[in-house]
Amino acid sequence: MLDKVDVLIIGSGASGAAAAWSLADTKMRILCLEQGDWMQQSDYPSNGRDWEARQFGDYATRPNIRARPTDYPINDDASPIKVVNFNGVGGSTIMYTGHYPRMHPSDFKVRSLDGVAADWPVDYATLEPFFAENDRMMGVSGLAGDPAYPPKTAPMPPLPLGKSGARFGRAMNDLGWHWWPSDTTLATTEYDGRAPCINLGHCTPACTQGAKASTDITYWPHAIRAGVELRTRCRVREITTGADGMASGVIYYDADGKEQFQPAEIVILACNGIGTPRLLLNSASARFPNGLANSSGLVGKNLMFHPYAQIYGYVDEPVDSNRAPPLCLWSQEFYETDPNRDFVRGYTFQFGRGVGLVTEAVSSAAAGRLPWGADHHAAFRQLANRRIGLSAICEDLPEDHNRVTLDPVLKDSHGIPAPKVEYTIGANTQRMMAHSIARAHEILAAAGARNIAVESPILNGGWHLLGTARMGRDPAASVVNEWGRCHDVKNLFIIDGSIWVTSGGVNPTSTIQALALYIADAIKQRLATLFD
Amino acid sequence: MQTQFLTLDEARDLRCLAGMMIPPSAELGMPGADDPAITADMQASIGRDLEDVRTALAELVALAGGPFADLPPARQDILAARWRAVERPALATLRRVILQCYYRDDRVVRALGREARPPFPKGNVLEQGDWSLLDPVRARPKMWRDVAGG
Repeated sequence: MLDKVDVLIIGSGASGAAAAWSLADTKMRILCLEQGDWMQQSDYPSNGRDWEARQFGDYATRPNIRARPTDYPINDDASPIKVVNFNGVGGSTIMYTGHYPRMHPSDFKVRSLDGVAADWPVDYATLEPFFAENDRMMGVSGLAGDPAYPPKTAPMPPLPLGKSGARFGRAMNDLGWHWWPSDTTLATTEYDGRAPCINLGHCTPACTQGAKASTDITYWPHAIRAGVELRTRCRVREITTGADGMASGVIYYDADGKEQFQPAEIVILACNGIGTPRLLLNSASARFPNGLANSSGLVGKNLMFHPYAQIYGYVDEPVDSNRAPPLCLWSQEFYETDPNRDFVRGYTFQFGRGVGLVTEAVSSAAAGRLPWGADHHAAFRQLANRRIGLSAICEDLPEDHNRVTLDPVLKDSHGIPAPKVEYTIGANTQRMMAHSIARAHEILAAAGARNIAVESPILNGGWHLLGTARMGRDPAASVVNEWGRCHDVKNLFIIDGSIWVTSGGVNPTSTIQALALYIADAIKQRLATLFD
Repeated sequence: MQTQFLTLDEARDLRCLAGMMIPPSAELGMPGADDPAITADMQASIGRDLEDVRTALAELVALAGGPFADLPPARQDILAARWRAVERPALATLRRVILQCYYRDDRVVRALGREARPPFPKGNVLEQGDWSLLDPVRARPKMWRDVAGG
């Protein structure tokens, strides 16, 4: 048996890294177990001429395609949206795009304001200082003054508008609709040891420049210097409990495949909306026959994805294409509920810049825009470097039939049952997506685009994994309380996207990390009475 | 035991298909996708796509009743059109293998006005754009909803 630690964090991604750093100042013995490896920037795709091809292989966003030894399989056959994640130090921040909006104040009050789902047990004002602290730690670029948000500032200036952003800005002004340069985690100046963005244009499959804030280069260096231990290639099989009903530690497989028991006083789950319910369900025991912390029956239920509608077209002159970060602008013109629409809640438009030559060719060939034969070259010249597009990030409401369970057959390389995802897009969200597609057509037309194409939902668009261990004050209607502690197991905490009550209509990483810092702070404030 | 690379017959059929997909253009200074350097790249980098490419080529050979590359061009056109009429994963992979090698070839990339290099370390220059475009947005009243208690 290994030496007991005070705090054991499972997962080193967005939330696990933030909590590890925050808790380090307690001087407790903190250990993080990560099933993946440390990443090497010299191995990232944009170092080589095959940089685009690798997004279809070892840097695919879908673990089922990527299939690294550090990945685990996910049965998402029963979902129109496929799960996207990454397993390594930094978790999915290695392979996110760095679009970094916060939730809105109204997102925490959806029952009170709009009569749907449930209010959160925390609010924007409570989280605001943690948003700010997280912005400083991750290093956010952005522009103050956005009328869509309460006042906030970013430590770095925004990304340039470029040709694509200016074109979209003019179009949105013509329509009279809101737009603003996106908050991003791409450094635009030197920041905390990170080099500024040099427009490699290939942000999602990991940033070779180190300008994109993944937690392996933001929180973790600070946390490790403060004494936190990070152990890689450690895949947790189950959380164990003692006769007192408290978590006693975890059983994991180390880098050599050897089973280990790691005892701990406090266990913190940071595996996000698929990995966390999987682990809780795999931790069923005689005392917890339906899975750990699952007396409510809600572990794995209410999975929310943010169905994305992607709309793009082609303009008559070259634009930024892949020679700039795909991030550009956002619009929250249609974010807040409007009773004149046929849906409640809303969505964010995320504007992009374009794609590289290979990506253009592959996607256009699949869509039938790129012919075989003599006409191929002329057709490609009308497409290459001329794409502009946007995506609608649509709020997904919690529905308990959208869920994560354990697959009865599929297992990972250690024989641990794999997660199974069953998901359908709700009626409210479908109406929202239709609205967003219609508005996007208007935007693209105003921006001078033709040959408009739609992918809705984006098949490989399950980036945001939310809601499968929701927070709340009522133990019968939630898995964790208002500060992240499991109702059923008082030394077990959950800090990732699974605790979300509703999804908002924004990329979630900023809010996930603010919540993780808030929960870590709650733990620190309550150390003497933490298990009461 | 399955080999790591395509067989000679498979490679000939893939090269033939590549040339049908993207023929050379002397006018534009573009090689065809059946150019030896490009098809050599396909062979060398096929990796995890080998199985899908083999599947797709086998379907084509079954339609042709033998090596596709040996057929007269008119017959190849008819069979290739039939073979690619129904979209499927193996076909998509084969098509991608051709396109990703073609559109990273130095001659092709340069002919399309791009530098033949990886993104790192040189990067690119992104113009700032006209920030005064934001003025009408800055002038808007606040859009977020106030909520009781924060």
